Amino acid sequence: MLTRRIIPCLDVKDGRVVKGTSFLNLRDAGDPVELADFYYKGGADELVFLDITATPEGRDTTAEMVERISEKLFMPLTVGGGLRSIEDIQKLLRAGADKVSLNTAAVKNPQLISEGAARFGSQCIVVAIDARRRENEAGWSVYVKSGQTLTELDAIEWAKKAAELGAGEILLTSMDADGHCCGYDIELTRRISKEVNIPVIASGGAGSLEDLYAALDEGGADAVLAASIFHYGKHSVAEVKDYLKQRGIPIRP
Amino acid sequence: MNTKIVIVDYGAGNLRSVVNAVRSLGHEPHLTADPAEITSAAAVILPGVGEGSAAMTELTRLGLAEALQERGKRNLPLLGVCLGLQVLMGTTEEGGDVPCLNIVPGLVRKLPENHKIPHMGWNQVKQLRSHTIFEGIPDNAYFYFVHSYYADPQDKTAVIGATDYGEQFCSVLAQGSVIATQFHPEKSGETGLRLYGNFLRLALGGRTC
Repeated sequence: MLTRRIIPCLDVKDGRVVKGTSFLNLRDAGDPVELADFYYKGGADELVFLDITATPEGRDTTAEMVERISEKLFMPLTVGGGLRSIEDIQKLLRAGADKVSLNTAAVKNPQLISEGAARFGSQCIVVAIDARRRENEAGWSVYVKSGQTLTELDAIEWAKKAAELGAGEILLTSMDADGHCCGYDIELTRRISKEVNIPVIASGGAGSLEDLYAALDEGGADAVLAASIFHYGKHSVAEVKDYLKQRGIPIRP
Repeated sequence: MNTKIVIVDYGAGNLRSVVNAVRSLGHEPHLTADPAEITSAAAVILPGVGEGSAAMTELTRLGLAEALQERGKRNLPLLGVCLGLQVLMGTTEEGGDVPCLNIVPGLVRKLPENHKIPHMGWNQVKQLRSHTIFEGIPDNAYFYFVHSYYADPQDKTAVIGATDYGEQFCSVLAQGSVIATQFHPEKSGETGLRLYGNFLRLALGGRTC
């Protein structure tokens, strides 16, 4: 049976993990290579790296880092953040990423999705959508540039369009929930999971085991991505998996 | 003794992962698009992600199709991975009934639409018979899949591993020394590395099944 995936996410800047971690047993908690290995051995199903580097020099560091990580990481690795062109995508795939995540650039230039899918295959084109509930409660708007810029796009329509253009997966972040650790936006997750026939990764807002369960069960997500819950040592991947399995979610042991 | 391990480089996807997997087992693979090297190597790995008809066009353009077919005829060890499994078949529906290598007669079909496509994530492989490639791997072990099409060989005895996704499909195929997996062993943790190890022992140890 196909299992639901548990995906830790690392925020990386200039080749270093920047979100605080509390893995006291690690020699250097800021080293992405060491953290990647920690999650791999800890039973994670995939890994996502979000590159929040601002400079082109830093981006070279990221590609080198991906190269080093992939040497020993025998599970899927997605790299996202700041990719703008086919060349950017190719560089990271060559470095050893299995998938790339496109956000702002895909909104600006949707052709990037179709060109990327045609060139490298749909399976490696993830479209990341940052969504926030509209004030009048009627639906969700898409934000770009790390959530700073509101667009005209409706989140559900954009997810459908991205799938049509050839995206292989949607990484859906609810900005209302992100970082607040009070649960994923279940309604948004459910709507998008229903509307598209490609896998949906729910992200943003995991604070408890129950939150993860709700996103997968009620929300119908194919995978859950979480950062804080793992980084701050609140729960290990193994604890998350045990819990979800007990509640009847298909999980890889 | 010939111990050359070759990974076919035809521009299809993440070769680095396959290289890393083979290296982690203590071997140094050669990436090549040279037909002669492919014919003569002790072990050949044919990886691939992307689109079936485009892959066939590249394999033909580079003169690799014949080299691979020659290996098939001579029953020399060959491991196809993901798209590398699909192109071994007779014809693929992907891109509109495109002829493939026909090393293993049969069709490549689209997965049923009643589930999300691509089939992406960790799923189980039911071992339909014992085989060297499964040595040390428990029945129903999990492997990482990402694909929209699957192979349907004419000779059902070639299907040695099966996976359930909407319907049961062939996830491991074996026809003599030609073996192929629909999943990505190089993305399937320690279990996947074991499968590569089994293939290399089979190829380099000179045993056939």
